[in-house]
Amino acid sequence: MFEKRLLIVGGKGGVGRSTISAALGIAAARRGLSTIVAEVAGQSDVAAVLGVEPAERLREVELEPNLHHITIERRAALQEYLREEVPGVLPAAILSRSNLFELFVEATPGMRELLTIGKVWELTQRPRHTRGARPYDLVVLDAPASGQLIALLGAPRTFSSIARVGPVAHQGSEIDRMLKDPGYVGLIAVTTAEQMAVTEALSLDGLLTDRFNRRLDAVVVNRMVPARFSGSEASALASAADDPAVRSAQWLYGRVRAQQAQLARLRRGLGSVRRTTLPYLFTSQLARADIERMADRLARSL
Amino acid sequence: MTRGLAARLSGKRVVICAGAGGVGKTTVSATVAIGLAARGSRVAVVTIDPARRLAEALGLDELGNEPQLVDVAGFEASGLEFRGELSAMMLDPKRTLDELIEQLTPDVRTREAILANPVYDHLSKAVGGSQEYSAVAKLFELEQRGDHEVIVLDTPPSRSAIDFLDAPQRLTGFLEGRALGALLRPTGPLARAAGVVVSALRRITGGGLLEDLTAFFQLFSGLLEGFEARAAGVERLLTDPATAFLVVTSTERAPLEEAIHFAGELERAGMRRAGVIVNRVHALDPTERDTVATMSRLTAALGLPLARKVARTHADVQLLARRDEASLGLLRAALQDPDPFWLADRPSEIRDISGLVALYGELFGGMR
Repeated sequence: MFEKRLLIVGGKGGVGRSTISAALGIAAARRGLSTIVAEVAGQSDVAAVLGVEPAERLREVELEPNLHHITIERRAALQEYLREEVPGVLPAAILSRSNLFELFVEATPGMRELLTIGKVWELTQRPRHTRGARPYDLVVLDAPASGQLIALLGAPRTFSSIARVGPVAHQGSEIDRMLKDPGYVGLIAVTTAEQMAVTEALSLDGLLTDRFNRRLDAVVVNRMVPARFSGSEASALASAADDPAVRSAQWLYGRVRAQQAQLARLRRGLGSVRRTTLPYLFTSQLARADIERMADRLARSL
Repeated sequence: MTRGLAARLSGKRVVICAGAGGVGKTTVSATVAIGLAARGSRVAVVTIDPARRLAEALGLDELGNEPQLVDVAGFEASGLEFRGELSAMMLDPKRTLDELIEQLTPDVRTREAILANPVYDHLSKAVGGSQEYSAVAKLFELEQRGDHEVIVLDTPPSRSAIDFLDAPQRLTGFLEGRALGALLRPTGPLARAAGVVVSALRRITGGGLLEDLTAFFQLFSGLLEGFEARAAGVERLLTDPATAFLVVTSTERAPLEEAIHFAGELERAGMRRAGVIVNRVHALDPTERDTVATMSRLTAALGLPLARKVARTHADVQLLARRDEASLGLLRAALQDPDPFWLADRPSEIRDISGLVALYGELFGGMR
């Protein structure tokens, strides 16, 4: 997995996607890969996990050796795009100053998503298109939830179908080709062993198959609670006198049962897709050491 | 502490459940609708649930884009007496927008041209935003129709609840294209400057897109008034004293911050909050001190090996319970709400009527 150039980390909100993205970034950096973890504006979860202030606009911040972070902000991405990618000197200055162009971006289907995924693509380029920018071995994208992720992945194609000619259409099809190349892009879904999250992971895999003719490369099942009680112990607990501690134990037993059912659904639905699990951490706030352990485990299993 | 949701919602005609994604808004919406219907109102619940879980839980095979009467026999079998009436629907954003265009465009040819325009087609299917504005458009339509006494609205699973508050503006934002339309068909002193911008755009995107956009805004120009009137109506509805928001959150950091931020935005926008519902709270045991004490209390009944595991598990769960308690405290202080409603964490998600009835008991009181 770490030989790819771009890892896209998807999954339902609230399953720990940003934590996993940060852990993947740490794991890659430890292997000596120059890595950048990207998230989209309005989201500063990876920055929070890694304990940094989110930098403004499109600044690539070095957090520690080999590990970088960027927040992709659409307006800045647009300006950079106009500056770096559009041939000719005229358009950039005029367009980026004109709020009419903002309106154009808002009204044009797929344009916003295209700017975001276009920036991600640019981060993976070697050499970079942005003058003077540092090249990376690996980009980890903490992607938005599934619906928006599919829109993001579909934007280049959407756009190249409506803007049939011109540099944007051309670049759209180039990005589309990159996304379809399993050697270049890895798609990882994060889920918990809960009904809705599993449903979303399965539907992401289904959408990838339908629209991009490819599957998830891996699924990370986060927050697996430990199975501590056998069936006969559970019966003993059921017949014990009411006690808050017994209720806690029964809660855990119920969780484990539900978790097994959801894991079975994942197995049925995803077949050969690689699965890896991470334990539930009984803690009020994840510490750096917790994320390091996650990184170790992901590095071993992916 | 969990009593009184019915009292807080009394006299409300619209109840909107908002919060970060993944906190259980859909389930809460269903429960609130069930509660109000059981207590005698004629209620419609509008859900946005791609997993179709609500449909399953309500015992319906498929929810359509129009409210459909729910058979309450299942609820009554679970011990909940129904005095009112419950309808449910699942929002189809694309269809809702198509219908809106149909209502606002008397001329059949214009209507068909809009529906067939590729720019409209993409806009109406786009994930970002279209769910939010079609949700409020549907809400407004149902409210105008007046078939129900209360409408409960689940909000789209967007990352941020704030997206929803922007929806009326987005409805007009859909039309901010006016300026763009003017740009594409410039007249007067602007023509020269616009000409430069347009030719720059043409170089980037090729001509076809600009032609589609121009056609779209031309077609749309006749609908502007209708759309603006609709957006103003939505704005009035959201700020109406009979409209209330329920802010839903879990105890985790990000949703909690989102809930506090959203509550502030609500206040700024002049909209009303009926309460905060904190989902997935672990039961706090104030008597728990250490695992050794718990273990010795249970050893006689369970035997040492099992008592040890139970004590360890209890200590783990109490760690979560204390985190949850701190979250509740934070909410109370930040929102100046001494009584957030809360729902216990359940081993598995609600997926049937008896589960919804149990939640109803927690939210509307009487079972705790």
